[in-house]
Amino acid sequence: MKITRDNLCSSIVKEIAEISGENVAGCYQCGKCTAACPVNTVMDILPHQVLRFLQLGLVEALLNCNTIWICASCFTCAGRCPRGVDLPGIMEALRLILLRKRGFSRIKAGVIPRVADKGMPEQALVSAFRKYTR
Amino acid sequence: MKRIGVFVCWCGTNIANTVNIEAVTEAAGKMPGVVYAGNYKYMCSEIGQSKIKSAIIREKLDRFVVASCSPRMHESTFRKTAAAAGLNPYLVEIANIREHCSWVHKNKGEATAKAIALIRAAVAKAARDKELWATQIPVEHRALVIGGGIGGIQAALDIADAGFEVDLVERTPSIGGHMAQLDKTFPTLDCSACILTPKMGEAASHPKITLYTYSEVEKVDGYVGNFEATIRKKARSVDLEKCTGCGICWEKCPSRVKSEFDEALSMRKAIYIPFPQAVPNVPVIDRASCRWFTREKCGICRKTCPAGAVNFDQEDEVLQKKYGAIVVATGFDVLDLDDFGEYSYGKHPDVLTSLEFERILNSSGPTGGRLLRPSNQSPPKNVVFIQCVGSRDKSRGKPYCSKICCMYSAKHVILFKEKYPEAQAYVFYIDIRTAGKDFEEFHRRAVEEYGALYLKGSAGKVFPDGDKLLVKGVDSLSGHALEIEADMVVLATAIKAKSDAPQLARLLGISTDTHAFFMEAHPKLRPVEAHTAGIFLAGACQGPKDIPETVSQASGAAAKAIVLLSKENLLSDPCVSEVNESLCTGCLACIKVCPYSAITEKTIEEKIHGKALQRRVAEVNVALCQGCGSCTVSCRPGAVNLKGFTNEQIMAEVDAICL
Repeated sequence: MKITRDNLCSSIVKEIAEISGENVAGCYQCGKCTAACPVNTVMDILPHQVLRFLQLGLVEALLNCNTIWICASCFTCAGRCPRGVDLPGIMEALRLILLRKRGFSRIKAGVIPRVADKGMPEQALVSAFRKYTR
Repeated sequence: MKRIGVFVCWCGTNIANTVNIEAVTEAAGKMPGVVYAGNYKYMCSEIGQSKIKSAIIREKLDRFVVASCSPRMHESTFRKTAAAAGLNPYLVEIANIREHCSWVHKNKGEATAKAIALIRAAVAKAARDKELWATQIPVEHRALVIGGGIGGIQAALDIADAGFEVDLVERTPSIGGHMAQLDKTFPTLDCSACILTPKMGEAASHPKITLYTYSEVEKVDGYVGNFEATIRKKARSVDLEKCTGCGICWEKCPSRVKSEFDEALSMRKAIYIPFPQAVPNVPVIDRASCRWFTREKCGICRKTCPAGAVNFDQEDEVLQKKYGAIVVATGFDVLDLDDFGEYSYGKHPDVLTSLEFERILNSSGPTGGRLLRPSNQSPPKNVVFIQCVGSRDKSRGKPYCSKICCMYSAKHVILFKEKYPEAQAYVFYIDIRTAGKDFEEFHRRAVEEYGALYLKGSAGKVFPDGDKLLVKGVDSLSGHALEIEADMVVLATAIKAKSDAPQLARLLGISTDTHAFFMEAHPKLRPVEAHTAGIFLAGACQGPKDIPETVSQASGAAAKAIVLLSKENLLSDPCVSEVNESLCTGCLACIKVCPYSAITEKTIEEKIHGKALQRRVAEVNVALCQGCGSCTVSCRPGAVNLKGFTNEQIMAEVDAICL
């Protein structure tokens, strides 16, 4: 795999930085995010690897992974990150880029009261909004 | 009958966990001559020592054995305890039941039996101990500092500021060392020359410091307080007094040689100063490359020198001087990369060591501070830095961490990006080690502010690809094998001991570790002293070090030297050899084996059957004798004895263990 400055500073890398407001260079790959993640067992790219891929400019793999959709936006990773990197914000940026491309929302407002009534955790609800609406 | 006391130390759990203290104490109490045996958790503590003192008085002890750690650790402590209780300090024996017993055994039964045997030997020796008295030896109030880098300069300044004469000996034509080659220093990015050159000037002008540049220490004799060194001042071929440093000679000189100071990246003349701020600012003639000395032609420097300072007939000068203390600050070398062919170093001009890169960054360097590719003088857009080249490599390089590379590479990244903000820096690393004040923050700046891409992994191959260099490496964090097109590759090459460090160690009688770095007397508690009394260590000659550490160690070594120099007299160790003249046959085998030249022959007169007869015998100079005992084993009639370790005492110890 060839690494070039163009890949490292591509427009999509800049877009992710702009949406999330995060500098991925801040991450030093300790793996705390992955260690703390409650759903890491079913992710195809682990949370710390998401950051590493971004540092290397490998955005394509991230747009095709299941991780960004499995992420529950529980913020455990961000809460424990020693470098103060907001990984959920970055996950959200990745989702937004795809959603903006796709151009529609998969969640219907009418569904919300029904699932909410069944005692769905608030965090999951927030996550669902982040994941499935524009 | 002797009245011997035995004091068994637990050393917390160090001894007590492996040795049955009660059983040992009971056994010791029954040994011949022992009138008292006791034990305590920490014998070396204030309470432990007062237990010994009161037992000496209560039990009327006339000598005692402490069964504890190595005598290297606390023999002097317990000798002081003895003196405080009115006993001669040489009536104390140590049975080493820690290093020689509890630390090396697991089985408690066996360790206990061994501890008892060791104590029995010490008791047998103690019974034959005699009172010994230390004598006073005078101290020469002058220090020798070997090596004129930042460590040597700092040590010399500190000792001189304390009021003692210092001779600073530097092998090259100028003081300054490696620090003079550097552009900026981490983590503050201070200009290296700006902070070094004032110190160089201060050392040169200090009334108590004499500089011997272009000079080498050839021989060191003597002992602590009374060293005698032979210094060779190599012929400069330029008169230090007459030269004004105007520079006409080196402008006119037609011979061009690769500059050592610029790491062979530029040329110097045969008559030269290594760098513009050299101290002294007086050139030398490199006779091996000078046309006058090789072909007896030219002589243009002598013709053009307005001060008439050039002197082709100058000869080496050899000085003999006495010193009370010696500070060794000889610095380091950079590892030779012959065994690291994968980096194309030496084959491609754009592959550089970090020290070469430093020269290219430096405004007084070969490019005047313009950072350009050596191959085509174009600005580099992509620079790959490779860490641990030869460091932490037990197969081809050195197994240790060179300690300074992580930080200077971060500095190189920052300086490179300051010059070319649009360029990209890549750093292949194995681990990043930034232990030091403001070091981690500095490294993170290189990553976060300057956008260097740090890749955890090694580079496997560097090879030319068109006018670029292709670097094949790995990012082990993502699991990707990588290829990077680079304009320059900078190798963080391992630091090693000076190649002639073992020779200097032999000359000084100090020891080196497996990597030829000078050994400190104790890695934690005596880090600036060599094993040989009166010799102190400063800087990277003792192990890889950065500038602040070198300066701290130099000041520490200076403080130790000052303590020594400020004494009028030193107490000599009375454990020296003595010759029983009535047994000596005058074979003088002892003279040949003595490493300190402490034995000489003398003639004595004896009356045998009323006739006066002259006879040759050996004589020991107690000031020179270091008590090594070589003479005692070479003496066939057993006439030489080491006081405190007599043949009789050693045999008694052997008997106590074996019989």
